[in-house]
Amino acid sequence: MQYIQNVFSWLNSVFLEMSWLSNLITWILNNVFRLPINNESTLGKIGGSIQFFMYDFIKIMILLCVLIFIFSYIESKFTPEKTKQILSKLKGVKGAILGALLGTITPFCSCSSIPIFISFVKAKLPMEVTFSFLISSPFVDLASTVLLASMFGWKVAIVYVVVGVLLAVVGGIIIGKLKLEKYIEKYVFDTQVGENKDLEPTKKERLQYAKEQVKDIFINVWKYVLLGVGIGTFIHNWIPQTIIETILGEGNIFAPVLAAVVGIPMYADIFGTLPIAEALVLKGTGIGTVLTFMMGVTALSVPSIVMLRNVMKPKLLAIFVGIIAIGIIFIGYVFNIFSFVLV
Amino acid sequence: MDIKVLERACCGGKKLQSIVEETVKELGIKANIEIIGDMQQIMALGIMRTPALIIDDKVVVQGRVPKKDEIKKLFQK
Repeated sequence: MQYIQNVFSWLNSVFLEMSWLSNLITWILNNVFRLPINNESTLGKIGGSIQFFMYDFIKIMILLCVLIFIFSYIESKFTPEKTKQILSKLKGVKGAILGALLGTITPFCSCSSIPIFISFVKAKLPMEVTFSFLISSPFVDLASTVLLASMFGWKVAIVYVVVGVLLAVVGGIIIGKLKLEKYIEKYVFDTQVGENKDLEPTKKERLQYAKEQVKDIFINVWKYVLLGVGIGTFIHNWIPQTIIETILGEGNIFAPVLAAVVGIPMYADIFGTLPIAEALVLKGTGIGTVLTFMMGVTALSVPSIVMLRNVMKPKLLAIFVGIIAIGIIFIGYVFNIFSFVLV
Repeated sequence: MDIKVLERACCGGKKLQSIVEETVKELGIKANIEIIGDMQQIMALGIMRTPALIIDDKVVVQGRVPKKDEIKKLFQK
């Protein structure tokens, strides 16, 4: 048992935390550029900034490419048609749970959730199943979970997934119980869904898809990661700990609410948000507050709310957004209180 | 030849459209290319994963952007 644990922690430190990369960059800065890394002098702070920036950026980009490739390949198996078939046989709590779980392995592009939503509604899938899927789909995904693990450890990552799925299930069930079908826009029912021509993708096609996703992520997401790591570096090395603690730490009882208010409207990539979260936690922000912030960023944004408005009437949309907002704020408080278990 | 390119601007943009147009030009085929970006129209055609390519009412590509060589082969069939 001890042996397995050792192997796991070795794999974790080499491939996820990449402590060797951190050491390598420190060594290069110290010995090649003669830059100290500390918090005492300006030069030391500059050294620290470069260290944090290079390490985080390179680590995230390496992990992203590997993870996106593996998970895109797995996810491509679950085409929208297949997902619908699996879910159409279920209802109630069981259906909501499966809906939320399948939501975690759907492809990235958030605009694809609207056609899926329409096809679910047209296929008369129960509301709780449809909405559990819709909540969890942008919220939790496999690649960001592993990345989360590399920054905060597996405990936090697993808790994030479990809580995210739970929120999707509960949210879906509440919306199902409220009988809100009449608040779905007429537009959804008017959409004609043609006879399905979904071809089962072949292995070769799935590999090509996975490669393409990596390329796409590389071209589109590196800017967000760069920006995120930049902001993270600034927080990590230049903003005094006391300021962060007062605004977002234990000093402020409304910290999770603030995190939700800032996070929900924001449109950003989860991979760009993670380095900011990492720096905030290192500077004394409660883990719950950071989870609320990240969940707010990924689950909802102004563009996604505008998009959802096309398919939901204002009342349903308000309930939908409200449930997610209350849910993630609640999660923030719970995790701030129980944070000692996680670290 | 009747070619339909189904592509929505939000997921990666107009990549398939430009590859298809280039290929048609290179091969010098006479083709009627129709670009469909409206979601309702796409769904009415029974397509859930975009970008997609339909040649003479047959779906040949779905949910990915193929390389030019593959598209050439599809056109020459």
